[in-house]
Amino acid sequence: MGEQLAQYLASGLVVGGIYALIGLGFVIVYGVTRIVNFAQGEFVMLGALGMVTLTARGYGVGTAFVVSLLAVATVGALLERVAVRPLRRAPALAVLILTIGASIALRGAALLSWGTDPLAVPAFSAGPPLVVGGAVVVRQGVWVLAVAASVFAALWWFFNRTYAGTAVRACAVNPRAASLMGIRVDRVSLLAWTLSGALGATAGAVIAPITYATYDMGLMLGLKGFVAAVLGGLASPPAAIAGGFALGVLESLAAGLVSSAYKDAVAFVVLIAVCLAQVAGWLPWRVAQES
Amino acid sequence: MHLLLMLLIAALMIGGAQARADAQEPYRIGAVFSITGPGSSLGIPERDTALMLEADINARGGIKGPDGRLHPLKIVIYDDASDETKAVLAAKKLIDEDKVTAIVGTTLSGTSLAILDTVQKAEVPLISCAAAAKIVEPAAERKWVFKTPQSDHLIVGVLVDYLKAKGLTRVAWLNVDYAFGQLGWVEFEKAAQTAGLSIPVNEKFGQKDVDMTAQLTRVKAAAPQAVVVWSIPPSASIATRNYADLGLKMPMFQSHGVGNKKFVELAGPAANGVMFPAGKLLVAEQLADNDPQKAVLLAYARDFEARYGPRNTFGGHAWDAVQLAVRGIERAGIDRAGVRAAIESTRNFVGISGVFDFSPTDHNGLDRRAAMMIQVVDGQWKTAK
Repeated sequence: MGEQLAQYLASGLVVGGIYALIGLGFVIVYGVTRIVNFAQGEFVMLGALGMVTLTARGYGVGTAFVVSLLAVATVGALLERVAVRPLRRAPALAVLILTIGASIALRGAALLSWGTDPLAVPAFSAGPPLVVGGAVVVRQGVWVLAVAASVFAALWWFFNRTYAGTAVRACAVNPRAASLMGIRVDRVSLLAWTLSGALGATAGAVIAPITYATYDMGLMLGLKGFVAAVLGGLASPPAAIAGGFALGVLESLAAGLVSSAYKDAVAFVVLIAVCLAQVAGWLPWRVAQES
Repeated sequence: MHLLLMLLIAALMIGGAQARADAQEPYRIGAVFSITGPGSSLGIPERDTALMLEADINARGGIKGPDGRLHPLKIVIYDDASDETKAVLAAKKLIDEDKVTAIVGTTLSGTSLAILDTVQKAEVPLISCAAAAKIVEPAAERKWVFKTPQSDHLIVGVLVDYLKAKGLTRVAWLNVDYAFGQLGWVEFEKAAQTAGLSIPVNEKFGQKDVDMTAQLTRVKAAAPQAVVVWSIPPSASIATRNYADLGLKMPMFQSHGVGNKKFVELAGPAANGVMFPAGKLLVAEQLADNDPQKAVLLAYARDFEARYGPRNTFGGHAWDAVQLAVRGIERAGIDRAGVRAAIESTRNFVGISGVFDFSPTDHNGLDRRAAMMIQVVDGQWKTAK
């Protein structure tokens, strides 16, 4: 039983790392712009399919990773400039619908460019899986956790030790006050979208060797990342990371200990429970409100 | 001068009208396939096969109808995106707007079951390319519906016979949690009980799941003699890789849903040793020369591979379905009831999925000779020993 539990935890942490990366993208965009970006999952899909194309062309994994990250970050920036910015005075609901539209458009474009078949991506490093405390972890799973940890560290440094990062946090706290202090809120918004594109691409690139890449992989992953972000209150990056890991482990435990039939239901039951608890005022933290 | 010109134009117009009258009204067959969505690895080869047959038949001049004339064949194909609602809309459109004589498809069991009512009410023959036996059973209530793939109980029967013959009586089971996997489970549970197999674990996973390690860990703990995974790629491939990663050594069996190269391509070396029951197409070259299907199988494999890439059983299901519709039309033209009766009375039709003997009580027309055990050896399909 102990060995089984260790396996569920290990599997859950790897998937949780992905949810956390996606959840962070939600939090950063929401924090600065108060927009829930439902195209976040499509960034993941683009990152994964970018890896497919680049590795198939013979580029090394490292090069492919960087190029697809930059490309998807550009997509995030373009989305902000072309679609979100013109609507910045529109009601929140309009922008929300816009991001859903953007996600459908991106998925359609991917369908046309890459087709419908799942595509394989080589693992970052070859070799048999590792055994840690009785649990089997594939090498790519270690990569997922390592990349996620480096991204978290880099983001912490960025938010706490750089001027630009502080500006992002200022805009998240109070955009109006930030702009009165001379921070260009529109630039910060662009930065947030670029960052969330890069985060999504990172998640997609590291997970593709495990899950394969398909044009429609973004929807479910995006929803799970959203649940992770909400679980963490949708306002704080560290809480979103914790939310991601919690969700991954919870799903894995539910599949292992209760029944695999309820695995996906877990995420959405948790989402509903958190929302209800928030409304009832039972949560020690709260989902960020319109400022 | 003007008069001359007008006469010339008039002559041309009459000539044109004459030419149009010579070409016969095309025969129209509808098709609904899952060209996008989770079923696309099945639906795309089905569409390709339908297009190939349409082109080949028209290159020969078309279909010779009961009026003794050649009519061009038009196959109207819609994508249901692996979605039940879209499948129903597509079927309605084919019946109401395109006025097709018969419909082939759909790709998936769920979508086929969804359009049953529509075709039965409209009294249009449907020849499904999906696995579930329920689509055509009981035949008395499925008057207008036929199907070409081997039914799941037939396929499961071949698998269970094999397990029993090899003395593998404690068998763990995993299935994908939609119609294909669930119906496979229903049949397997029944057949296992009859054959005296025990099933210590039975687990499910989603077609879009990224990791089945948790389910397989439960399998590992139960230490069965063999494991059966009932799904299609990509989830079938992920499960296969997880299986190898976890170091599980007992033989792994899968379904006919992995009878395409995509499965091996995605699962990589982990696929080696996997055995599954399927139609004979995959191992056509290895069949005995006196096998009744060998010539048909080799011809189809050659034609398909020349145009679209590696063969797979799903395209074969569409080949059978289109051929049956064409044979029905040859005998009854655009009379839907006549086409239905013609299909139902088809005997000894040598197809890709097997040799079909339809009857009023059997709208699948196949028996266990239509499937065999196949093993992945070094990424290639071999007949299992």
